[in-house]
Amino acid sequence: MSLAEKQSVAEIKARNKELIAEVLKVYPEKTAKRRAKHLNVHESGKSDCGVKSNIKSIPGVMTIRGCAYAGSKGVVWGPIKDMIHISHGPVGCGQYSWAARRNYYIGTTGIDTFVTMQFTSDFQEKDIVFGGDKKLAKIMDEIQELFPLNNGITVQSECPIGLIGDDIEAVSKSKSKEYDGKTIVPVRCEGFRGVSQSLGHHIANDAIRDWVFDKMDPAKPAPFEATPYDVAIIGDYNIGGDAWSSRILLEEMGLRVIAQWSGDGSLAELENTPKAKLNVLHCYRSMNYISRHMEEKFGIPWCEYNFFGPSKIAESLRKIAGYFDDKIKEGAERVIAKYQPLMDAVIAKYRPRLEGKTVMLYVGGLRPRHVIGAYEDLGMEVVGTGYEFAHNDDYQRTAQHYVKDGTIIYDDVTGYEFEKFVEKIQPDLVGSGIKEKYVFQKMGVPFRQMHSWDYSGPYHGYDGFAIFARDMDMAINSPVWKMTNTPWKKSPSKPTLLAAE
Amino acid sequence: MPQNADNVLDHFELFRGPEYQQMLANKKRMFENPRDPAEVERIREWAKTPEYQEKNFAREALTVNPAKACQPLGAVFVAVGFESTIPFVHGSQGCVAYYRSHFSRHFKEPTSCVSSSMTEDAAVFGGLNNMIDGLANTYNMYKPKMIAVSTTCMAEVIGDDLNAFIKTAKEKGSVPAEYDVPFAHTPAFVGSHITGYDNAMKGVLEHFWDGKAGTTDKLVREPNEKINFLGGFDGYTVGNLREIKRIFNLMGVEYTILGDNSDVWDTPTDGEFRMYDGGTTLEEAAAAVHAKATISMQEYCTEKTLPFIKGHGHEVVAFNHPVGVAATDKFLMEVSRITGKEIPEELAKERGRLVDAIADSSAHIHGKKFAIYGDPDLCYGLAAFLLELGAEPTTVLATNGGPKWAQKMQALFDSSPFGQNCKVYPNRDLWHMRSLLFTEPVDFLIGNTYGKYLERDTGTPLIRIGFPIFDRHHHHRRPVWGYQGGMNVLITILDKIFDTIDANTIVPAKTDYSFDIIR
Repeated sequence: MSLAEKQSVAEIKARNKELIAEVLKVYPEKTAKRRAKHLNVHESGKSDCGVKSNIKSIPGVMTIRGCAYAGSKGVVWGPIKDMIHISHGPVGCGQYSWAARRNYYIGTTGIDTFVTMQFTSDFQEKDIVFGGDKKLAKIMDEIQELFPLNNGITVQSECPIGLIGDDIEAVSKSKSKEYDGKTIVPVRCEGFRGVSQSLGHHIANDAIRDWVFDKMDPAKPAPFEATPYDVAIIGDYNIGGDAWSSRILLEEMGLRVIAQWSGDGSLAELENTPKAKLNVLHCYRSMNYISRHMEEKFGIPWCEYNFFGPSKIAESLRKIAGYFDDKIKEGAERVIAKYQPLMDAVIAKYRPRLEGKTVMLYVGGLRPRHVIGAYEDLGMEVVGTGYEFAHNDDYQRTAQHYVKDGTIIYDDVTGYEFEKFVEKIQPDLVGSGIKEKYVFQKMGVPFRQMHSWDYSGPYHGYDGFAIFARDMDMAINSPVWKMTNTPWKKSPSKPTLLAAE
Repeated sequence: MPQNADNVLDHFELFRGPEYQQMLANKKRMFENPRDPAEVERIREWAKTPEYQEKNFAREALTVNPAKACQPLGAVFVAVGFESTIPFVHGSQGCVAYYRSHFSRHFKEPTSCVSSSMTEDAAVFGGLNNMIDGLANTYNMYKPKMIAVSTTCMAEVIGDDLNAFIKTAKEKGSVPAEYDVPFAHTPAFVGSHITGYDNAMKGVLEHFWDGKAGTTDKLVREPNEKINFLGGFDGYTVGNLREIKRIFNLMGVEYTILGDNSDVWDTPTDGEFRMYDGGTTLEEAAAAVHAKATISMQEYCTEKTLPFIKGHGHEVVAFNHPVGVAATDKFLMEVSRITGKEIPEELAKERGRLVDAIADSSAHIHGKKFAIYGDPDLCYGLAAFLLELGAEPTTVLATNGGPKWAQKMQALFDSSPFGQNCKVYPNRDLWHMRSLLFTEPVDFLIGNTYGKYLERDTGTPLIRIGFPIFDRHHHHRRPVWGYQGGMNVLITILDKIFDTIDANTIVPAKTDYSFDIIR
């Protein structure tokens, strides 16, 4: 089915450039000019992907992006399991994001753990008119009464909070004082701030710095005895258990994981982290801020890693081990060797079924590059990729370490562009989100959700790669895709038709 | 190493292995600063008590696990029901990502909707430019026949005026002057998604009937024999609207379904993505003013729309999500009375089949206690059906149901001997429900997917009826209206009852004497 494999790189580049020019025609002139900066064909050797990023979305185009609240409550803070996160404002934001992100955790929900619950101040008109600070204070009292084992509270601001001039910081401070220094964190992640989820990540990181780290008693001893091998996992949200299938590898190589940020994480783990010898950072986009802060303030180095697919996992284990002594370096080799037979078996089973298949990706801030190696381990090729909320440093990493010459790049893609690109390029698989899933499946294109792992996972680590490979195989080789053409209708349906043009 | 290429273990198996269990236990003990397990257990038990319930019900400010969403969701639900129409939500863009995801998770279908992507500068200066650019882009890219505008709370708080903005956008050439851009203000801090349905539906009708925001003459009603049909916000809209059409066609009723989203949320996988499919045509929406009557299946979804329609000279009739025999009888007889069309024998036979099925199975339902939560009309419809099955809808709760609804529910309870011990809980959430399930246990719980947390915590088996249903597939394709819909609800309830009995009797040599092969 794939066209890409039959064409030279030059042909692909020409086609992709033509395709970009074609989709831009649909826009009014001003919009076409703006969108043109976000679309490009990658030239190998360039230091970035040649697209503008982290810029306001254009009204009315059907951006796939979310908001700062989604970046803070949905991504960074929400998974911290022993704290109660108040969706502060009207009911909707908390409702739509309620338990939708699959941040796995262990705990007694509603008693000492609260991740899959929806706490909201359910703003009414009077709260907008008269302000919500008194209500917020009362909410905190009610939380203390009904959920006495909570270890802290965060206030996740929705749009109205910043617009009506509420002082959530003052409420948080006074309630913290009232409850013996309880950790209460106001977060200014109103949805209208910034251009995507990304600013929400940053604001959430800063809130940890200001309202967790800066409030800690420096004289307080660590609750555990430090070792030279203590690390913290940063930027893994434990979707489908990703952080667990990562942690096990770090521990098997002899490291000790003292904190998970933030999947299956706890307030204590956030507070433990300044004691780490190394922060290992998976999602650079959402947590580079706090990593840099800890480097500056506590002198903790940080190291990006990639636990998708055996090639990148081995590379990452060795990279992480490079920060430690021979014991850990040997540990890394031992772990790589231990899982080699499993990886060989997985690849022997699935690679023949997936060899040469092409993939187009559109995900958040990390996976559009990070999963490329895992596909390549299976003999697959990523022919197009783009980010919802990347910055230029993400596109630099993408260009320098991941994508091939001629790959089509689309930043903050619109619904229209993405459909047209897929229609013309005809990949064997599209990996994106729930809003895109059914669009492409209707077109007869196999699809996997690459935010939620399509309710599967984990995909991280060696154990996760087996699931990843199985899932990609079942998506692409499902017999359903042979049935999409109605047999008594003469002309094949649209995508094929367009290919014949 | 538990993972295996030949038999790939999924998350629910993988992490149960000893390696992971040991790892997680160590993590907790050494790094999480966990609570004393005895203390966790003590609080867990305390949270089941009447004492806790009292504190829980004394809450004035905090909402926990509500069973409602916000207005614009309802506006999007309405907009996609019109032919080639794009919902355009004016305000922050994250909201639109949420609505689209929410609907897609329920219907397993795409949901097309755009945002005016307002950010900080718009918060300061207003969102006029976003409206101007947004309408132009949407119009050019997606070639809709209509763009239906609603608002997020951001636009409402800063006071953006949709009428004026759309006028200005048209003057600036974003869309042609005569192009249809109905609108509705849908503040998220008022009411819920059912309020948004109401406002958006009224907005569309007002646009077509009352002179398109002052740009044309108001339509003059020339009464005809047609009736209009409003389904309300309904997770079963795909199955229900098709069933209603079948019933109307059987009766020979001429009708207009206003906001028919049954096709756009059920498009085929045949190689083509249909951004638009089916829907009420704009001509039909305008011509609906001439109808002789308008029927609403959900009173609380149309509290403003129905009076508006009535003001145009229609007879209006409202139901409360009719489910079961008596409610369907009443619905059909009203349709018959209004249209003068007889109810055909075929429907009488369907009725008889539903009564037959109830007679066959009622022994298993009779006297069983149920808790129900959901939107106010759905709660009413299901409670009424349970009463006619001889069951007791002991606890009925709606986060978005108010005092009037509560009175109506109470009147329903009072009308049946099976309603004597039943109680209604308006404006309460699922954390209240949790207390109630402990202090006044029932046999079964009826609710949406989020009810599974209540099932886990209280052991009450969950029967999934409501919106959203995320963790079971395709239920929305089956109607719950009409006698056939009543049959579907009956079967759904019975399946859970039988599954529960089987699960309770499955232990070999202990309980399996009752593991009956015939029930």
